[in-house]
Amino acid sequence: MSDAPFLVELLVSALIVLGASFALIGSWGMVRLPSLMERLHGPTKATTLGLGAMLVASVAWFQLAEGVWTTHEILVSVFLFVTAPISANMIAKVHLHRLRTGEPGEVRGPAGTPDAPPTGATWATYEAPHEGTPGDFVGD
Amino acid sequence: MIAGALAFGFAGLGIALALNLWRLFKGPGVTDRILALDTMVINVIGLIVLAGIARGSETAFEAALLLAMVGFVGTVSYAKFLLRGDIIE
Repeated sequence: MSDAPFLVELLVSALIVLGASFALIGSWGMVRLPSLMERLHGPTKATTLGLGAMLVASVAWFQLAEGVWTTHEILVSVFLFVTAPISANMIAKVHLHRLRTGEPGEVRGPAGTPDAPPTGATWATYEAPHEGTPGDFVGD
Repeated sequence: MIAGALAFGFAGLGIALALNLWRLFKGPGVTDRILALDTMVINVIGLIVLAGIARGSETAFEAALLLAMVGFVGTVSYAKFLLRGDIIE
């Protein structure tokens, strides 16, 4: 694998180092930050960006050094970029729900819990949609 | 140079996985553990991608794609179970 041009090696190496650094920083942030709402920031931003850099490095390496065009990495990156916010949103919803029901072990963040929605409903984590709550399909 | 970068990448992702394991054991809440598992899946995908570059094999990326899908489904189903007490309603 050492017969690639110097610039190709430099580009791929820089992308790999950047990606691994971001992944490490994201995981360190998840250990270091004090509450779950803050801990969500590290993995969902830094790790996804780091993985994106590593996937770009992989595409560039296989295209420029081995002459093979691969699209699996692009599929992986598109899938991760679509699903990472969804899973973060789900984790945040579980956190809010468990804060509201007073489960042990859930640490309240510095911002506290958000205000309830203005229509007298509660956050859509506990009850099924009924008339007057968001998602009741009235008027759709 | 590429070998050195790959060694740095493997070491960094290994340390990141160890930090995730620490958060997984420490908790304190269930949501922290879900987040730690989700991050571990992402770091393992990074390890698979780096192994694919190191070995020059494209079959590794099939595993990365499968792990991306299964990890997302696992995270969402665990969150749905904690929210509703049921996964498929």
